[in-house]
Amino acid sequence: MQAITLGWLDYSILAIYVAFVVGIGFALKRYMKTSSDFLTSGRSIPTWVTGLAFISANLGALELVGMAASGAKYGIATSHFYWVGAIPAMVFLAVFMMPFYYGSKARSVPEYLKMRFDERVRTLNSVAFAVMTVFASGISMNALAKLLNQLLGWNYHLALWICSGVVLVYVLKGGLTSAIYTEVLQFFMIVLGFAPVVYLGLRDAGGWTAVNNVLHGVAQNPATLHLKEAGTTYAANAWTSAWQPLLAGPANNPMGVDLFAMVFGLGFVLSFGYWCTNFLVVQRAMAAKNMTAARNTPLVAAVPKMLFPALVIVPGMIAVALTAMPAKSYRIPPPILSAEVYAQATAVVKANAQAEPQTGVQAVHDALGKKVDTAKVIALLKDQAAQPLADAQIKDRLYGAIAEYDYDGVILSLVKKYCPTGLLGLALTALLASFMSGMAGNVTAFNTVWTYDLYQAYLAPHKSDDHYMWMGKFITVVGILLSIACAYFASMYNNAMDIIQLVFGFVNAPLFATFLLGMFWARCTGTGAFLGLFGGIGTSALFHSMTIAAGNAPGVKGGYLSVVRAFPSEMAQNFWLASFAFIACFTLTVVISLATRRTKTDDELTGLVYSLTPKVVDASQAWYQRPAVLGTILLIGCVVLNYLFW
Amino acid sequence: MGLDIRLPIGLMFTLVGVLLVGYGLFSPQEIYDVHSLGINVNLIWGGVLVMFGALMLFSALRGRAAGQPK
Repeated sequence: MQAITLGWLDYSILAIYVAFVVGIGFALKRYMKTSSDFLTSGRSIPTWVTGLAFISANLGALELVGMAASGAKYGIATSHFYWVGAIPAMVFLAVFMMPFYYGSKARSVPEYLKMRFDERVRTLNSVAFAVMTVFASGISMNALAKLLNQLLGWNYHLALWICSGVVLVYVLKGGLTSAIYTEVLQFFMIVLGFAPVVYLGLRDAGGWTAVNNVLHGVAQNPATLHLKEAGTTYAANAWTSAWQPLLAGPANNPMGVDLFAMVFGLGFVLSFGYWCTNFLVVQRAMAAKNMTAARNTPLVAAVPKMLFPALVIVPGMIAVALTAMPAKSYRIPPPILSAEVYAQATAVVKANAQAEPQTGVQAVHDALGKKVDTAKVIALLKDQAAQPLADAQIKDRLYGAIAEYDYDGVILSLVKKYCPTGLLGLALTALLASFMSGMAGNVTAFNTVWTYDLYQAYLAPHKSDDHYMWMGKFITVVGILLSIACAYFASMYNNAMDIIQLVFGFVNAPLFATFLLGMFWARCTGTGAFLGLFGGIGTSALFHSMTIAAGNAPGVKGGYLSVVRAFPSEMAQNFWLASFAFIACFTLTVVISLATRRTKTDDELTGLVYSLTPKVVDASQAWYQRPAVLGTILLIGCVVLNYLFW
Repeated sequence: MGLDIRLPIGLMFTLVGVLLVGYGLFSPQEIYDVHSLGINVNLIWGGVLVMFGALMLFSALRGRAAGQPK
């Protein structure tokens, strides 16, 4: 793909955006008087702001780039991450869990664990969380700098340091408040920046019905586009129906997932584990100004979340449809290859123009190092033999002939195709905004957990508030530097990143069992929770070592001890892993709790456990402010959406 | 916190919107034929951004007049 050239207008929009986020940081500086102002916003922010920040902190690179990629790979079934996973979990958080997080006055999720259980559980959770946030922001910054490098020709190091520098400035000046406020701005930026791209793509493809019709054809023979192995065939609605292909079994949907893994593994274990226990998002709700605002935060967030598939999944589906329409001269981008590789392959095309087709195709394949579309390469060689083509033409046709996809490039390739200068600046700024909000979210969660749950708890208790404020700022700088280090690490060892993400998967999968039992079962003990969590993590690792997904060799991707069970896809493997880890953690926690003595009295657990806490009375609130009512409406909305895309 | 976030959001989108509209008025039609199906998206979407920005500004100023920051 050729680099995108930005005009002065595009740079201006980018500069205006940066000026505003930095400006917000400076404007908030004077309100940062105590460590609590800096790290927890002093619990003062209105609901709609925390709500949009809640969603925006999650709207990092993974959301935009990754969900569009999944939309292309799996179609509308990707919406299960939203309408089965996220929304019910967010409603559960608002209605049932928020009263304990907010009411306990804990400053972080790990601190809640300390109040409910003991210091061990808190430490296990906070260390894992702190490491995870740093790596998560590092991995995403690496992805951003790489994109800017490949598409705009910006220097990788410069892009990395400048973007991190902007985040550092506004977080350092205005703390969590600054991160939350800019997240709201970023939310609007992302929505308003990508909406026109999706509209233009959809219009170009002939509308939603036309996209569906094309995808019906693709589903019946995905190998023509090299989406699946030759010979694979699905029912026509495999990309366009969310439930029917799933009900037909793992062999009949492109995700390769069965119903139980989807509903229990993703919908319950993984989604509730993420949305209800991850401090990154929960922190936004904890910054709300009162209990009602805190409980309504995830509900406010759920409204845009419910509609996001239109913004993030639909582009992926459009990309597949356009790829299947030759007249549109669009393809999902191939894996990015350097100019040298293309130059080398171009030379090979010239040298082999007269050779046997088979030899020629093989030579081109070897030069590119990727699978190629045989027919397209043969046609290219034939044309070259008839009349020598210009180098640029050969390169373009080689680009078109690569039979592999870089699905993460879908969003940017659409931006590049449909955005003239001006709109281009807006869309790229939106992309930048999504990375920055992700990084700021991670850093603000990291500095709070470090300062309150590790530093104050172990290294320096009983210091003055000024001291913790200073530490909060200091660790913000350290957190960003560590993220940058992780970004470099990620750029050097792709494989190492797989391993790290895998380990996080192990640690996170069982977590929701601990919270569920802790909040709803007073008999659950600290020892039970601590050992149960370890058992769950161990189960994840063991499960992973004995299973594998089709197409993977035993190793980092699993099955290194022995292969007891092979899954049709990595996704199925992950969902089942989470299910096993959850069940193991749940069972162990219950058994060990029953076998150990309770260390906390009922009085100590008041405000922390459901049965021992007076219910939040909200009868005096207007109906539209009651979480239970709003939650019910949202769930009905979810059911309707699932039905529409059945 | 004393800052009303609607104010910077309103200002920023109004500013960006005005830039896009201005560019849309004077840019050659050719760039829209190449990219955006012949539609002058800068003009149209810039207008949408200005409206959104103005709405944010309006609600921020009204909130301030009513004596309720935020």
